[in-house]
Amino acid sequence: MTQFLQQIINGLSLGSIYALIALGYTMVYGILKLINFAHGEVFMVGAYTGFYAAGALGVAGFEAQNQGFPWYLALLVLIIAMAAAALLGVTIEFLAYRPVRSAPRLTPLITAIGVSLFLQNAGMLLFSPNPQRYPAILSEVRFELFGVIVTNIKLTIFAVALCLMLGLHLFVQKTWTGRAMRALSFNIDAAKLMGIDTNQVIRSTFAIGSGLAAAGGILFGLDQITINPLMGVLTGLKAFVAAVLGGIGSIPGAVVGGLLIGLAEQLTAGYLSPEYRDAITFVILILILLLKPEGLLGIVRVEKV
Amino acid sequence: MRAAVRLAIAAAALLAIYGLQLGVEAGFTEYVQRIILLAGINVILAVGLNLINGTTGQFSIGHAGFMAVGAYGTAFVGVQLAGPVHAALGSGAFSDALVFNLALLAGALFAGIFGLIVGMPSLRLRGDYLAVVTLGFGEIIRILFNNATFLGSATGYSGDDPSGLPAYTNFFWVFAWVAAIVILIHNLTFSQTGRSLTAIREDEIAAEAMATPTTRLKVTAFAISAATAGIAGGLFAHMQAGVRPEDFRFERSIDMVVMIIVGGLGSISGAILGGIFVAVSLELMRDLQQYRLVLYALLLIVIMIVRPQGLLGARELHHLLRRKKPAKATTPSESA
Repeated sequence: MTQFLQQIINGLSLGSIYALIALGYTMVYGILKLINFAHGEVFMVGAYTGFYAAGALGVAGFEAQNQGFPWYLALLVLIIAMAAAALLGVTIEFLAYRPVRSAPRLTPLITAIGVSLFLQNAGMLLFSPNPQRYPAILSEVRFELFGVIVTNIKLTIFAVALCLMLGLHLFVQKTWTGRAMRALSFNIDAAKLMGIDTNQVIRSTFAIGSGLAAAGGILFGLDQITINPLMGVLTGLKAFVAAVLGGIGSIPGAVVGGLLIGLAEQLTAGYLSPEYRDAITFVILILILLLKPEGLLGIVRVEKV
Repeated sequence: MRAAVRLAIAAAALLAIYGLQLGVEAGFTEYVQRIILLAGINVILAVGLNLINGTTGQFSIGHAGFMAVGAYGTAFVGVQLAGPVHAALGSGAFSDALVFNLALLAGALFAGIFGLIVGMPSLRLRGDYLAVVTLGFGEIIRILFNNATFLGSATGYSGDDPSGLPAYTNFFWVFAWVAAIVILIHNLTFSQTGRSLTAIREDEIAAEAMATPTTRLKVTAFAISAATAGIAGGLFAHMQAGVRPEDFRFERSIDMVVMIIVGGLGSISGAILGGIFVAVSLELMRDLQQYRLVLYALLLIVIMIVRPQGLLGARELHHLLRRKKPAKATTPSESA
């Protein structure tokens, strides 16, 4: 029972990271019908920006005293990484996706694969292909709750992810830009006719999605201790599967899907075999495509010619 | 009568390939010969991938996985068959050829079956799910081979013989298979079924409205494409002493995608040119290993923005040379 609860705690914290990344996939897909393959790499760049920002702000000094950052510096690292990733996302959209936006579906897809591949390999040249140990932005504090080990890191991951998701929910539901995003994902042509500056809204979508991915990147670094330039490939895929599981295009769906994928992965690792933790995601993907292709919270839309 | 003529042509072609082999083996160094063999294998990969990515418009980026299944399948079946066949027919060039080609067919069959397993769930829906599923599949298959002890795990499979897999692959077999697969895919592409595949690429819903069985055709095309990648894998396996999971990383799938995009999606001659281009450019860029994928990635992005139809578009070289336009060759980019 304790082991089960332990896996649930670990699964929820991993799942909330997947959920943050999945939000970016689902928002972009909802509007452009594009699988943004480069999103996993934006997540990777976010993690590295956090890594270097923490280094520049002098994390080594705090670490030497066995301490983490004070909360305001930790927050600063998060904001720097989110801003850098947002800038990267907007740049990718402007340079690579906008020129092919009106082309047939395959063209943007191949472009996205190209961008993803470019960032992976540029990352290996810039950041070195070797894994890096993530700095202890938070110093770990362990405590026991009914025999289950909980760390402040897991709690922080969960809390930060929750705050960001609530913020996104409020943004999408309450602000003008958020309403425009929903309009675009409903019908982009009609939205344009209503005088919405679609380029502007798409730009904000990429900025927000990328920022959330960067936050996921830092949390991932804290959770998994090491980062490397190819970390975005598998994690990005899992987050995409989470988006599909929840119903691609649906924001609550991405959150539910992310948490479920995280739980499934931890439970597989705990009860079956750690070797299959990466395979279970794709089993879930194939099952959902066969049984309920619109996802758990997705809406069935009739495709027309 | 026509069958006899065709047989005669096929025999003449095989004889010509054999003649070429003697020429190539006499005229080029082993290093150049290796590049020529790799180019031939690339052509098989590119022409096969083009059937699903170019002609049918469903994007697979995990064909290295099918190549791996074919490579391991061919090597394993070849090792199992070698004993009994040699016992029955004696060892010699003929029994080697028999073992090799039966093993290749078995490898292609395995790869095709995996193609069905991967294709059936993902191709029922819009094709871009295929990209994600194949990407995941490519990774999983490598993890599986890495952990399969009876296939040598991470060190790879090299049969029971300590000297490794027999070097069956030579110029003749590579290019005999190139010829067979190019003709097969060409005939398929320009048949009625091929037209239906193009219709799916151009507008899936409209094709369905015209009573085209879209899912069945997509899955069939995907399985054929996977099987050809399996053949290429088998030929590749017997070029070296063993098959290693490392040989089938994601980079190999990307090489294949570059081959067909440089040449032009939907063009068989384009795929052939692209296959040769990648084999040669990989050799030229040998010293630039770490920059290779950055350059390939930029090449993909730039081609998509500047000339999304690739070098030839969906046209065929021999149609251009004849200065006669094929009935109606729309490139993917011309249809909105």
